[in-house]
Amino acid sequence: MKRRAALLALGALGAYGSTRIVRGRAPSAVGRRLIVVTIEPTTVLTSAFDPVMTNCLIGSKVMEGLVTYDVDLNPVPALAERWEVSPDGRSIRFHLRPNVKWHDGADFTSEDVAFTLLESWKKLHPFGRAAWATVRAVQTPDPLTVDVHLEGPARYIFGYLNTFGAQVLPKHLYAGSDIRGNPHNQAPVGTGPFVFQEWQRGSHVRLRKNPHYWRPGQPRLDEVIFRFIPDAPSRAAALQSGEVQLALGGAIPHLSLRRFAQNDRFQLNTDDGNFLSSLSMVLCNVRSGALADRRVRQALMHAIDREALLRLVFRGYGKVATGPVPSSVRRYYTTEVPQYPYDLARARGLLKDAGHADMRLQLAFGQPEALRTALFLRQSLAKIGVTLELKQSDATTWLRHVFTDQEFQLALTGLHMLPDPTLGVQRLYWGKNIHKGVPWTNGSGYLNPELDAVMEAAQIEGDEAERRRLMQRWQQIVQTDLPVLNLIESAWVSVSTANLQRPTRQGDGLFDNLGDAYFA
Amino acid sequence: MRQVLRRALGALSILVGIALLNFLLLQLAPGDMVDAMVGEAGGATPEYMAELRAKFGLDQPMFVRLARYLGALAQLDLGYSHRKQAEVLSLILDRLPPTLLLMTAALSIALPVGTLLGATQSRRQGSWLDTLLSVIVLSTHALPAFWLGLMAIVFLAADRGWFPTGGMTSFDAPADGWDRALDVLHHLALPALTLANVYIAVYARLMRSALLELKGADFIRTARAKGLSTERVFWVHTVRNALLPMVTMLGMQIASMLSGAVIVESVFGWPGLGRLAFEAVVARDTNLLLGIMFLGSILVTLVNLGVDLLYSVIDPRVLARGAS
Repeated sequence: MKRRAALLALGALGAYGSTRIVRGRAPSAVGRRLIVVTIEPTTVLTSAFDPVMTNCLIGSKVMEGLVTYDVDLNPVPALAERWEVSPDGRSIRFHLRPNVKWHDGADFTSEDVAFTLLESWKKLHPFGRAAWATVRAVQTPDPLTVDVHLEGPARYIFGYLNTFGAQVLPKHLYAGSDIRGNPHNQAPVGTGPFVFQEWQRGSHVRLRKNPHYWRPGQPRLDEVIFRFIPDAPSRAAALQSGEVQLALGGAIPHLSLRRFAQNDRFQLNTDDGNFLSSLSMVLCNVRSGALADRRVRQALMHAIDREALLRLVFRGYGKVATGPVPSSVRRYYTTEVPQYPYDLARARGLLKDAGHADMRLQLAFGQPEALRTALFLRQSLAKIGVTLELKQSDATTWLRHVFTDQEFQLALTGLHMLPDPTLGVQRLYWGKNIHKGVPWTNGSGYLNPELDAVMEAAQIEGDEAERRRLMQRWQQIVQTDLPVLNLIESAWVSVSTANLQRPTRQGDGLFDNLGDAYFA
Repeated sequence: MRQVLRRALGALSILVGIALLNFLLLQLAPGDMVDAMVGEAGGATPEYMAELRAKFGLDQPMFVRLARYLGALAQLDLGYSHRKQAEVLSLILDRLPPTLLLMTAALSIALPVGTLLGATQSRRQGSWLDTLLSVIVLSTHALPAFWLGLMAIVFLAADRGWFPTGGMTSFDAPADGWDRALDVLHHLALPALTLANVYIAVYARLMRSALLELKGADFIRTARAKGLSTERVFWVHTVRNALLPMVTMLGMQIASMLSGAVIVESVFGWPGLGRLAFEAVVARDTNLLLGIMFLGSILVTLVNLGVDLLYSVIDPRVLARGAS
């Protein structure tokens, strides 16, 4: 019902959009204020222990990480100016940027980094706990040097050092407190180009310029406001009206993007979400039933015309996935894995071999935007005699169904794969990551000791070339067994007014601190 | 005096019952706050989840949690929202005024407009005007609120720029004074009209049928026979009697508007209670949701009391009957 209304609204917007002029105040008055439309964070604005996208979209303008990432996901210095890895790969030395101050005037030092690493990233952060688990000791020989000593080589750490993965907290405001409950989480004090001013619940967050920012000449804007609009069509309307000037990735649904793409008052950015490297996928419960048979899973994959899925549902914003690691993760991506081209005859043959010519399967999903993909899959699989029953629920019900009850058959979702496969991808396939009751673990129940051995070897490999070889090996195993059907690498598309310039392109542009942003 | 006391005791026991029911009802939702948190954050370890459950008291058996909840409630303590990291009461008090404002505005549009439309229709029963108004009223009633709201945003706000596309104040709004009131009013217009639209039809239909029913009543004939003017008979005698079902409906709708405003609040980004409740459901924020539901039930009880009182003002016979 809601969807139909959205479509009607889009039609109406489309018809009127092209002739509309920008309203509101004249550019001179608002020229140094940027209004970003987004969804309100649930609890906090920091991501030092709670890496939720909505938090970090806002918090990243106030609080920084050690690095940022370029579009190919290579680290770029931020709070860390440079770093060295010891020849045995067991220690990393970070040289911090001098003359950086917290918004309250205190100096930013190696103590802050060591404190956050040990107390927040390593203890509380859901990914950080895995990423930093190997840390043996942290030393701070001087205020601008941090030595991290590891149990063994851990190259994956370099995929997770930005404001989303490793945001630095001010030790002087957090030490001795319960970090999760610290009031500064809702009124953050950072080192970034913008200073937190107010969070009016249900309405907006307001940030103002940090005049003492360490990067000369920045920020170029005086004020950044995040306005909360829960309803997607209303967000699109606000952007269209010129009342807001930037909608960061995902705020505007794929369906509405064409209208902005065809209008030269707006520009689109598809690099911003490279860091997240999100995949749309179907988890197969391989524990029992027909799906325990690899041939059935391969048959399903052959029966899905993913080019059509990309075109019709994702409106072309993304790529067809070729394996478990998305192409945006350049360093470890490979096409040297089995492929499953759209081939109904082959799909039927595989099903017949497996003895499952006609069957019913249930597809569960918990994200409202997954409905169209689910409908597409139902139509596709009907062609090979598989009747798909759709089970839609809210996100938490879905999580329980898949990860706690483990009674599902197929589960459709979208998930971030992140720059390093050891952190982002391995969790879905690793036998040791089957944990009943824990979301986003190996929910398929897929257990392959051979794969586990390769994954664990890749995890601790210090030599980059060898690590890449091991990663490619495990991608081959995964793509042969298909416990997960990887469908589409969906792009996060940011839309802004044409006059908003963001000169530095970032792979983690969703969490770009907007220091260089200005209105032309 | 004893009457009032009995009444208050009755209301109190109803509230306790409601609190109990609310609590049990929320146990039925699959998944808890920790599932929702970890789902949002993208992962955790089993130990971390256990630690969070212990911290939030979710590891306790249900009756222990129920006892704690009722115990706190008895001390008028609505508890703490771990998801919002704030006291439930302060969260609700923050969001209640915008919802009350929206509700009051919508009702003060819907009630007079609906009454007027219904009255006009009944006086011209069967005429082309009656039919036309019926068609208009019913077809706008049939439009879903979110669609109508969205159309209002698209055409009147985004397109014409007459109204802001959402929110409750502009970012440059002065903190107080008339300018602020005007600013809020400007933001209020579209959501209030959208919400009012749903109810206008209800009042118009109700008024029309109530008036038609009274047309041939004895006391109307008597009034006429006394030689009163048609206008006086209509407005003073007929309409006044027709107001009784309207007041009943009003009482019911104030209650439903608390929850019904969630769609309008979402479409217009209005910082109200409905959205807070919706977010609490999604986040499995049980304390917050229980708080909202409980305050809601208090409000409904109060509104019902108010409606009863209003009856006796409009129709003195009600009071006489109640006393006997």
